Amino acid sequence: MTDTPLSAQGPTAPSFLHRLRDWWSGETANPVKRVQFGHGLTPWLFVLPQLAVVVIFFYWPSAQAVTSSFYIEDPFGFGSTFVGMENYADALGSKEYLSTAWFTAFFCVVVTALALGIGLLLAVKADKVIRGAESYKTLLISVYAIAPPVAGLIGMMFFDMHMGPFTRLFAFFGHELRVGVDYWDTTIALITISVWKQIPYNFIFFLSGLQSVPVSVREAALIDARSGWRRFKDVTLPLLAPTAFFLLIINITYTMFDTFPIIDVIVKDKPANNPMTLVYKVYLDGFKGNDIGGSSAQSVILMVVVAALTVLQFRFLERRVHYG
Amino acid sequence: MAELTLNAVGKTYSGGVKAVSGVDIQISDGEFIVLVGPSGCGKSTLLRMVAGLETVTDGEIHIGSRLVNQLDPAERDIAMVFQNYALYPHMTVRDNMAYGLKNRRTPKAEIETRVAEAARMLELGQYLDRKPRALSGGQRQRVAMGRAIVRQPAAFLFDEPLSNLDAKLRVSMRMEIRKLQQRLGTTSLYVTHDQLEAMTLADRLVVLNGGRVEQIGAPLEVYRKPASTFVAAFIGSPAMSLLDATVEGGRLMLEGHVLAEVDHKAGPVTLGLRAEDLRLVARGGVPMRVEYIEELGAHRVVHGMVGDQSLAVVDQGAEAPGDLIHIAADPARLHLFDAATGQRIDVRSRVGEFAR
Ligand SMILES: Nc1ncnc2c1ncn2[C@@H]1O[C@H](COP(=O)(O)OP(=O)(O)OP(=O)(O)O)[C@@H](O)[C@H]1O
Ligand SMILES: [Mg+2]
Repeated sequence: MTDTPLSAQGPTAPSFLHRLRDWWSGETANPVKRVQFGHGLTPWLFVLPQLAVVVIFFYWPSAQAVTSSFYIEDPFGFGSTFVGMENYADALGSKEYLSTAWFTAFFCVVVTALALGIGLLLAVKADKVIRGAESYKTLLISVYAIAPPVAGLIGMMFFDMHMGPFTRLFAFFGHELRVGVDYWDTTIALITISVWKQIPYNFIFFLSGLQSVPVSVREAALIDARSGWRRFKDVTLPLLAPTAFFLLIINITYTMFDTFPIIDVIVKDKPANNPMTLVYKVYLDGFKGNDIGGSSAQSVILMVVVAALTVLQFRFLERRVHYG
Repeated sequence: MAELTLNAVGKTYSGGVKAVSGVDIQISDGEFIVLVGPSGCGKSTLLRMVAGLETVTDGEIHIGSRLVNQLDPAERDIAMVFQNYALYPHMTVRDNMAYGLKNRRTPKAEIETRVAEAARMLELGQYLDRKPRALSGGQRQRVAMGRAIVRQPAAFLFDEPLSNLDAKLRVSMRMEIRKLQQRLGTTSLYVTHDQLEAMTLADRLVVLNGGRVEQIGAPLEVYRKPASTFVAAFIGSPAMSLLDATVEGGRLMLEGHVLAEVDHKAGPVTLGLRAEDLRLVARGGVPMRVEYIEELGAHRVVHGMVGDQSLAVVDQGAEAPGDLIHIAADPARLHLFDAATGQRIDVRSRVGEFAR
């Protein structure tokens, strides 16, 4: 026993000034969380460049798009007239816009499904062969590292109207492939190239997802279930779900936005009535058609759709995804 | 439940690594066999060959009357408990246990009964709806056991199932496993590198060395009559001291002291002495210089030097490092091994005491 007298009063509440000073100097209730910054404003200073980039290249243009979607701009840039929701009504009422929207949805579903499906299939097959064999893996990954920028161009050459091997292949079966002229021929070309370009990406994520399933868990499944399909369905696939969910979002984003250059090369300067995605239409109407107001309205609609889609995915899909 | 027969079983990995060779083991129904040996001696490989997770490159494995060499793991009617438990992380405890049965088209009611029974035995009742990540190590271990039990297989295979647990839990789980196995009477093959675990669990031990069987026998038999210096050094704690000695004219000599009279041709031999078989004597005996002392509470292990060879003695006394003590042993408890091959030499020592 020591005879240190106990303090008669409990700890007093810190004064407002104290708290303010603590806040300013970055002092929090939990000293462990203070990390190494001595100053409350220092972290903000570090984040500033990133924030600036986001504001300048994202929020500001978004705000601009929203504003200009309520105006009709003079084609020569001499002035603009406020028209309220007219641009939106025009877009949503236009048959052309709706058919583009349907095509985008169709394109999105087909490309995502095929790119994910084929990527997963290849990954499962490769995983069987290369479990542990680092050199194989490196080899396959290096292919991916080279491929993407070249892939688009090569794909377009394959479908070339005069010398593309795919054109010849279709000709062999008696179908004259007229990419850039015929709606469905162009669709086939767009889907093929888009899927092809995205497969390596999905492949690598699926492969690394597969390889991170513990060997002993697979072995336990090997003892519990005879059928390889059941093991895949009941054990491997659920453990791959986080990867698949991530890829689903990436792939949808890819088909909606990053297929732009592919579409551009294939339908540019071609006669009308070609399939295109909403993003390409925004570009076409805004920059080719000089309809800034209408194109802004379209991009705002697109923004809303994508935001809604993302919320949906996270609300309904993520809950069913198992994070080990 | 079934017998397990390994006939000249061998494994050569691609690349030419010979992990296991010429293993013959006859395991009778309900027997608990422990495969023990140092790291890399091929224990897991052998077990995994029985499980079907590794191909058998030589010999034959029979489970019951069936030759299983070519069968899938799921067809072999075995259940395995893995070192890291290998539970399905996305399934509840209940589903983890039921999964193997579901795939074998066991009726739903039957599955429920078996899972409930296993949960009761393993005291897992309140965790049935949890996922494995919400369980402690010991609980996960029990789930892994449960997954094996519900299957009611011909044989249990264990690959170091306790080595991820802390020391205390390991001891209690060891007892649990033994009791459970005796209750169920299921033939079991258990791999460990812990000789204490091996001694306490096994009906019979299989000591492996470099992919070969060094000795098969009941734990006490292996302890009392190790077949080679390898087994002698591996089984028992503290490890048996192995010393260079010679036989001269029918007398066993250690560092110039006569130990016993033996029926063996003259020449060098390896002498094995267990610390617990030695005792201190006031006079006579072999002089030993105390080097350091392991205090274990119940007794102490005194390590020291006889000449320039080290030796350990179990004792209750109060000697200190630097002391010179004299030790003696019952000649019946001396172990002699061939100095060249390390194989046991069975000789009768004729005189009743250490050197005089
Ligand atoms: N896939 C493999 N390819 C080649 N050699 C292997 C392979 N697996 C194991 N080996 C070798 O076979 C030998 C036996 O391995 P095994 O895993 O059976 O040892 P173990 O007795 O279980 O050891 P531990 O106690 O460390 O688990 C080792 O020398 C190991 O390097
Ligand atoms: Mg092992």
